[in-house]
Amino acid sequence: MLRVEALSKLFGQGSTNEKRALDKVSLSLREGEFVTIIGGNGAGKSTLLNCISGVHESEEGRIILDSVDLTFYPEYKRSKYIGRVFQDPLKGTAFAMSIEENLAIAFAKGARMGLRPGATKKDIDLFRERLQLLDLGLENRLKQKVGLLSGGQRQALTLLMATIVKPKLLLLDEHTAALDPTIARKVLNLTRQIVSEEKLCTMMITHNMKASLEFGTRTIMMHEGKIILDLQGEERTSMTVERLIEQFEKRSGAELDNDRMLLS
Amino acid sequence: MTLLALQGSLELGIIYAIMALGVFVSFRTLNMPDLSVDGSFVLGAAVSVVMCGNGHPFLGLLIAIVAGCGAGSITALLHTKLKIQPLLAGILTMLALYSLNLKVMSGRANIPLINKTTVFSALEGSISGDYGKLILSSAILLVMLLLLYLFLNTRLGFVLRATGDNEQMVRASGVNTDSMILIGLALSNGFVALSGALIAQYQSYVDVGMGIGMVIIGLASVIIGEVVFGIKSLLRRLIAVILGAVLYRLIIAFALEIGMPATDLKLVSAVIVALAMSMPIIKKRISFMKRKLSKTPYERSEKP
Repeated sequence: MLRVEALSKLFGQGSTNEKRALDKVSLSLREGEFVTIIGGNGAGKSTLLNCISGVHESEEGRIILDSVDLTFYPEYKRSKYIGRVFQDPLKGTAFAMSIEENLAIAFAKGARMGLRPGATKKDIDLFRERLQLLDLGLENRLKQKVGLLSGGQRQALTLLMATIVKPKLLLLDEHTAALDPTIARKVLNLTRQIVSEEKLCTMMITHNMKASLEFGTRTIMMHEGKIILDLQGEERTSMTVERLIEQFEKRSGAELDNDRMLLS
Repeated sequence: MTLLALQGSLELGIIYAIMALGVFVSFRTLNMPDLSVDGSFVLGAAVSVVMCGNGHPFLGLLIAIVAGCGAGSITALLHTKLKIQPLLAGILTMLALYSLNLKVMSGRANIPLINKTTVFSALEGSISGDYGKLILSSAILLVMLLLLYLFLNTRLGFVLRATGDNEQMVRASGVNTDSMILIGLALSNGFVALSGALIAQYQSYVDVGMGIGMVIIGLASVIIGEVVFGIKSLLRRLIAVILGAVLYRLIIAFALEIGMPATDLKLVSAVIVALAMSMPIIKKRISFMKRKLSKTPYERSEKP
């Protein structure tokens, strides 16, 4: 489904601070595969997702999604195939617009823009039905501004917006990191539910080692712009958090420096 | 204030309200202060006067709109394609338009319309006497208000509004934000040029300097409207902009009435806008000072 071929990304090219954020990363995802990505600070996790979604342009390599070469597409064109939820709950929605209007924009993805009504009655019924699945009571607040919602509610809404038109690839960049633990758990469960129902090809960055093994079907560990561990199948089911940390230190030759990863 | 002066400011307010709606589109929906307004207002005026001179007052209004859209597109392209800051992009367009407007006016700094038919004089016979100008400009304003409201409730309109809120979200929804900024600024300056075109025909002349400070008048109208009439729903906001524009005219008329020299107008406009825009921070400062100067319950109990 997704094929990333020898993708490299340099920051500060030519300066003394030049940093190879991605170093010839190759990765291939099958249809319906749900990959969790872990790694320390500056490992290149977000850069990988940002290069795939087109926020950053890559310097080398290819990105092919469902046999379409996305490498040279601008960000907005790639978004027709890719759904995204960001770490910052403010990034995924338009705060001065209503829940209904936000969903209408997401629902129009890929369709012709034009001068048809923003949201028809039929659309709104569908939005209400989908919002019920979130179990946050948002279905009764369609006309309210998104700015009034809490971070967790916004992330749940953004998740719904990212998947309301079925994407070929769903990218989740630590989308629960800014939430308190109870809400984070709820959004994670919701993610699992939507991904498995729609059989979405998904990449999820998480700082939570336990969640990285609990959720998804495959786990990738990154370090200094490279994939240093790729766990799937039998090997993954028998993996524990302790052994994962052990593996990390062995393969990266570094101590795990990320307290967030260890503590959660 | 005499009834006649009142009616005059009302008429002006209604025509300027169209310009204020345009400023609302760039300033509020796109969240982009667009200074090309000063130039596109005169562009609209110049085009409509030249067209009146050739005997086409109504067609003049339409062509003015198209010209305004073109001017807005230039600003948008400077900003989106050449990555020039929005403020500077607007200033560049405004500057270029000054020369262009003089070209439209065949190199003359002002053109009076003497014994030419305008949209207002054309309808003089058919619409009831003294109120002809008021009725016609109100009708045009209402049509523009309705069109803008309907547009902002289409799919395209939704995305346009979201662009001012959160460009990242719009790109993640598969829409090119550059095109949205182009559409928004074109629309905005189309409104502004129409307003200029109507003003020119209303007062029967165009002057190349008539656009100076126009963007400030637009901002003042938007802000006064918001403060006085609220921002509850979209329709209410649009109507508030119109009422703000009329109110601004009435304030100015009143200030002139009590003896302010007309040359002080721009200074007063600038002060009004500066005050209105800094209102939130001023309020905060005042409440902070109050707290600082007041005694705490503890201090009060210390009193002998």
